[in-house]
Amino acid sequence: MSHCRKLGPNNKDIVIFATKEDHQVPSKVTLPEPDPQPGLILPNGDINWNCPCLGGMATGPCGVEFRNAFSCFHYSDAEPKGSDCYDLFKTMQVCMQKYPTLYNKDLSDDDDLSNAIQQADSSDGKEDSVKIASATEKDTKKS
Amino acid sequence: MLRICKAHHLTRLLNAPVFRNKFQKIVNDGCFSSLGCKITFINRNYCSSKKGDGEKVNDESIKSHPTSKPCETDSSQDPVKLKRCKPVSLDPCKPPPPGFPSKIPSIKQCTTPNLMSEIPEPSCPWDEENRNRRAKYRRLFLLGLLFTAITLGTVWYLGIFDYHEEKEKPKKIIKKKQKRAIIKDPADSKDIPPDVPYLLIGGGTASFAAFRAIKSSDPTAKVLVVTNESFFPYMRPPLSKEMWFNEDPEAVKKLIFKQWNGSERSLFYEPDDFYTKCQELMDNPNGGVAIARGWQVTEIDVVERKAILEDGYTIHYDKCLVATGATPRLSPIFEVAVSDEKIAEKIKLFRNIYDFEECMEAYDQSRTIAIVGGGFLGSELACAMARRDKKKSKIIYQLFREGGNMGKILPEYLSYWTTEKVKAEGVSVMPKTEVVGVKDDGKGLELTLSNGKKLNVDFVLVAVGVEPNTELAEKSDLEVDPELGGFLVNTELQARSDLYIAGDAACFYDVRLGRRRVEHHDHAVVTGRLAGENMTGGRKPYLHQSMFWSDLGPDVGFEAIGVVDSSLPTVAVFAKATDKDNPKAVVTQEQEGLRSNMEEIPQECDKYVSEEKRAELEEARKHISEPNKTEGEDFGKGVIFYLRNDIVVGIVLWNVFNRMSVARQVLKDQRKYEDLNEVAKLFNIHEDNVVAE
Repeated sequence: MSHCRKLGPNNKDIVIFATKEDHQVPSKVTLPEPDPQPGLILPNGDINWNCPCLGGMATGPCGVEFRNAFSCFHYSDAEPKGSDCYDLFKTMQVCMQKYPTLYNKDLSDDDDLSNAIQQADSSDGKEDSVKIASATEKDTKKS
Repeated sequence: MLRICKAHHLTRLLNAPVFRNKFQKIVNDGCFSSLGCKITFINRNYCSSKKGDGEKVNDESIKSHPTSKPCETDSSQDPVKLKRCKPVSLDPCKPPPPGFPSKIPSIKQCTTPNLMSEIPEPSCPWDEENRNRRAKYRRLFLLGLLFTAITLGTVWYLGIFDYHEEKEKPKKIIKKKQKRAIIKDPADSKDIPPDVPYLLIGGGTASFAAFRAIKSSDPTAKVLVVTNESFFPYMRPPLSKEMWFNEDPEAVKKLIFKQWNGSERSLFYEPDDFYTKCQELMDNPNGGVAIARGWQVTEIDVVERKAILEDGYTIHYDKCLVATGATPRLSPIFEVAVSDEKIAEKIKLFRNIYDFEECMEAYDQSRTIAIVGGGFLGSELACAMARRDKKKSKIIYQLFREGGNMGKILPEYLSYWTTEKVKAEGVSVMPKTEVVGVKDDGKGLELTLSNGKKLNVDFVLVAVGVEPNTELAEKSDLEVDPELGGFLVNTELQARSDLYIAGDAACFYDVRLGRRRVEHHDHAVVTGRLAGENMTGGRKPYLHQSMFWSDLGPDVGFEAIGVVDSSLPTVAVFAKATDKDNPKAVVTQEQEGLRSNMEEIPQECDKYVSEEKRAELEEARKHISEPNKTEGEDFGKGVIFYLRNDIVVGIVLWNVFNRMSVARQVLKDQRKYEDLNEVAKLFNIHEDNVVAE
């Protein structure tokens, strides 16, 4: 049985000790739907550059290069997806090589980013895109 | 899988271990207290002037120290009797003598130039004698002055002073070095760009979150951060937690700590290479973030959009953020004590990397340490210091005014419970104790406590709160909240056109919870980001509530959101340990007995309760506040709702993790709930904590 006590100055604090059984009965309270937490890709299909999952990628010294490459890839209609973005990825890599302390460790550790990229593109439902996404991921890792 | 980008990542990136269980008061002697001035001479002569028709009072002196018997006449001071003068006792305790102005003494009289000016001009032979003597003395004085001037001139000519100056300079430098001087980079303000699109004042977490948001929405933005610290932006929370758990001294030197998941990371948000040099910022077509370190902005010309540095150098901006943070304060007794240099060395404050390094050094060389303050910082540091002392060779005292740790945050019973846990960590906790005296005892400090006891410690760490850095306000014509402190801003964190405030220094309008000022890491992240977004045209209000967390040893870890103030009524739901048959009747009777001892005092009568009675009541409450184990009571895991007008305004998730989104929804709902136990069900308090999603 759950029970309750009043504590504190002027008994202002109510303390309920609830049993597990008691709490297994579904709550009568329903809360409003939580606000959607936008991921890397916004509901309208755009890239969310504010996504915390990007870490310093989009804001660092190669941020512009990264954005160009990733945008190209995301909106690519080429077959396979992203095959028309080679030059942009190359530019990004060249930039990243100038900052080994920034882009080496960070990315290999950052499974979040790779996951996010992967997830974002697998939601397109294209088989190829998954492969390329992981290729992108490797690319960024190498650099 | 939108989950990936949830707050989890943000907090991890910003390194919140969320997901690891994650004051001379002049004592008026009562006689002239309403005058605002004090009588030095109890017997006062007041004479009728030659032309005057009445008697005049000369009364002006201010006594700085009250005498123990202020209303007694002082016989030692015989009144000097002049012609037509009569002594009148100005005993303030007696009714005024006849003829004495009835309104006496007024404030004006208090400010009469002085007693001498009112004395009638004496025309006696001694006057002439006196004049002669004076002339003689004047001549002597002038001769002396001339002699001194010649001597000094000779000395100067010989160049002895030059030598003196040289000798003093290096001394000062050595001292500064020892105190970890602030390094300016760039060393010359000329290297700081004079005109920038985005200027961020302050280089802490709020500033970091702001430039990240700015660069996200304006990819080629040129952002200049001006910080008075020697470091690139870094996170402060680990300084009182993880940094102390690191046993590798090399890692500590490099400011690396272990995260909740075991991986190591730097205190710095971004590696040094992330930032563009100040000299190169304006030439880079892709923009960047440059940090001017060791520089202080002293004034903002909001109309002209100019920030002025300490050396007068001006920086023009298009958009500016003030995120100057806060500075730890000393309690009055320590404020007086630090005027003595020897004592000041042993009194430490805690806020930044230098403070951490100094404290760590002092810690290593000390055997007894006193931490003053029972809030977040004080409690966390006490636990961390006790935990670091594996050999148990040190004594860590923690003293504070409240009844238990986190007494301003947690409801009383939980605060008591927490104190027991802090004690279990090896801290000698002294609640309801204040320091009333500080003395140098040769080796360390001798603290006199409010309970009359003396405590000898090697050093004292004062953690009694912070003061928002709003020095800029007055010169810059910015408004500061008189009660909460901090620059006043609207819900979009805007103080004036193109001027935003974020972090500890912002007193903002929360659309749901009213005007607030919050001093927490996540708040700096949330408001910094919001300001950054609004600086780039976001026009967003403060809607996303920030959270905060703390960990005190293995049994206490909590996350909280909203207005969490122990003076509010609370409803808590804790997970009952077991639901076995128990001697409930007996226990309840026993408790009923205790409760009847402490007849409740209605809140209206609160101010009429004597101190003794209050202490007695508290003691009784402390007794019944303990969880009754036999009845399955346990404060191990639960959720605490803080209510204002029956609406939930704050939630503490006590050893319950990963439920912050639910808590946010409850706050957002702003509803009166009939049964908060039903709401508590949504938090799954009986479930084991999921370490990570």
